[in-house]
Amino acid sequence: MQTIDRLLICNAEIIDFAAGEQKKIDLVICGDRIDKVGQIDADAFSGLIFDASDHVIVPGLMDMHVHLREPGREDEETIESGCAAAMAGGFTTICAMPNTDPPCDSQEDVRFLKKRAESQLVDVLPIAAITKGRAGKEITEMADLLRAGAVAFSDDGSPVSNNSVMRRACEYASMYDAVIVDHCEDVDLAADGHMNEGEMSTRLGIAGIPNAAEAIQVYRDIELARLTGCRIHIAHISTRESVQAVRRAKQEGLPVTCEVTPHHLMFSDKALVVYDTNLKMNPPLRTEEDIAALEQGLKDGTIDVIASDHAPHSIEEKDVEFEAAPFGIIGLETLLGVVLKRIVERKVLTLQEALYRISTAPRKVLNLPVPQLRVGEAANLSVIHPTREWVVDVKKTRSRSRNTPYGGMTMLGQVAAVINKGLLWQP
Amino acid sequence: MALQSRHLLGLEGVNREEIALILDTAESFMEILQRPIPKVPTLRGKTVVNLFFENSTRTRISFELAEKRLTADTVNFSTSTSSVKKGETLKDTIRNIEAMNIDMVVVRHSAAGVPLFLTRCVDAAIINAGDGMHEHPTQALLDMMTIRRKAGDLQGLKVAIVGDIAHSRVAGSNIHGLLTMGAEVMLCGPKTLMPMHAERLGVRVSHRLEDALEWADYLNVLRIQLERQHKGLFPTIREYHREFGITLERLEQAKRDVVILHPGPINRGVELDSDVADSDFSVILDQVTNGVAVRMAVLYLLSGSDPALE
Ligand SMILES: [Zn+2]
Repeated sequence: MQTIDRLLICNAEIIDFAAGEQKKIDLVICGDRIDKVGQIDADAFSGLIFDASDHVIVPGLMDMHVHLREPGREDEETIESGCAAAMAGGFTTICAMPNTDPPCDSQEDVRFLKKRAESQLVDVLPIAAITKGRAGKEITEMADLLRAGAVAFSDDGSPVSNNSVMRRACEYASMYDAVIVDHCEDVDLAADGHMNEGEMSTRLGIAGIPNAAEAIQVYRDIELARLTGCRIHIAHISTRESVQAVRRAKQEGLPVTCEVTPHHLMFSDKALVVYDTNLKMNPPLRTEEDIAALEQGLKDGTIDVIASDHAPHSIEEKDVEFEAAPFGIIGLETLLGVVLKRIVERKVLTLQEALYRISTAPRKVLNLPVPQLRVGEAANLSVIHPTREWVVDVKKTRSRSRNTPYGGMTMLGQVAAVINKGLLWQP
Repeated sequence: MALQSRHLLGLEGVNREEIALILDTAESFMEILQRPIPKVPTLRGKTVVNLFFENSTRTRISFELAEKRLTADTVNFSTSTSSVKKGETLKDTIRNIEAMNIDMVVVRHSAAGVPLFLTRCVDAAIINAGDGMHEHPTQALLDMMTIRRKAGDLQGLKVAIVGDIAHSRVAGSNIHGLLTMGAEVMLCGPKTLMPMHAERLGVRVSHRLEDALEWADYLNVLRIQLERQHKGLFPTIREYHREFGITLERLEQAKRDVVILHPGPINRGVELDSDVADSDFSVILDQVTNGVAVRMAVLYLLSGSDPALE
């Protein structure tokens, strides 16, 4: 990582989402600002020059669903290692989920996170808990938390099961136009399940989690969005029923958005045939029919965002019998590669549409300003080579954890540089 | 001919010739078991560890006896996994086994997939003695041996498995084994104890015991774990017995003769009445005898010993 004095990026294609087009352009960055845009004579330029031929430049990529393990489980991930993984994945911005130990449910917790991330290139945006201690009972001091810098609220990892508590949380959050990010899971239906309930769970003899466990709570949230007017974002949507429910809610004009993870697009529950605990996550991998519905949801705009649900776990915790292993996999460093390989190469989305869902879209969902690639604006951008392939080497993860199912797999799209806060990172 | 895998993790994926080989080998061991000194030196010098993370006196004794009859050296390791120690126990135990020079591991565990997990950790042949709700291949093999001894051939036979299918590894292995051997299978039990999409395995599914009694030649009656009732999966033991319990009256009313199997231990008066268990309908004691022969066959075939039998 280096401080930017004067940097010229030349011959890059800049993606203009609004116009839906790419144009070749040169860009001069001085410190943390974009200084010039247009045709720049490289020979006459004094400073660092990066020839970005065949690369695209987009507003800094953003992952709105990341679990950093600091405070509490620094052996699995710290704010620093999480940011390193984020940069390697092409991100300039991540949202940190509050299920740390202690959970992020007070102004001090939010300030701690922001303070610890201050010197990082990556903007770490805290998502604070909906309820105190993430216990699902009493709502947090939302106004105070927002003032301290929280960008949304979530009890992620757990749902808010009590409908009345969720209603009050939505009402309260809506006063500040804040977004509630919900992990939708009926805990009674999910009970002791460890994978999707269906033919595969029957074959493997593992207790299942039915699609209904997610869908029922999505239906609940949609009704609470209607009742309270609160903006609700459904995290890691995984079933065809949930996609259909969100689609209908959007048609009705309700303030409901949602995200999908790369792994729910990449793998079905069939992949669990070898009981790989790196394919154990919550919600679980579903069936091919669900994947088709998720792809359709991406195509028609029902699904707004692709986010990683980056969830680091130690080798000791994951290298156990399937039923004893915790849920979750890391995903910051592979999100872009999976999206380009699985979604763009297979023409589910165009490159522009896909990049929109991991840069501009999450900011729109959270009502945050979108970095503009214009003179005078802060330089917050990612430079990507969209057609270059690479192979995942688990031993080289920047994350402190290695719980990934992608080891040895070929990814598409290489990160060439990320720029934010006057800092430049290149692999 | 030999088995394709050096482990027996389940019957899914084991082909017809292999199952026939195991059953035929078990038949030759049956002869040995009738001898005055029912012992052969086939596994002399081989060390087998019986790794039981879950209580199962019957299966463990059956394996131990099979190992002794084959003159193997046997080590027993039994422990029960409490939820607190989950994960820990397995890894620690595996580290211990790695340090010993073990040829074969017979493993029983409450979590599905543990036998497969073991194959990645230790360089021994692994035999699944029951993993969670997944498979219990030697139980299904002894069930099939019992049926085959009675019927001569499994091809075209109709076998109904009755009871708690969802939580049963016995059902899991029987379904794969029986279908591979050309038998037809019906699963019969309350919907709350039936796994999702069971019919996609290639079996019939019914929720009326009468259907099974009208259709089947053989009924494999599963043990009902009484704790399932506490989880609300059926209303009362009384109602379960009334709807799915096998009674002498029901068998006598049935249009065809059925043979009753049960993997044991029986909840008498719940899934099976005492007078049925002890009647001519039942082959439950044959199952126990055949169990030793089947386990000898599996141990022998996976031991890498000389293919010529004693
Ligand atoms: Zn979650």
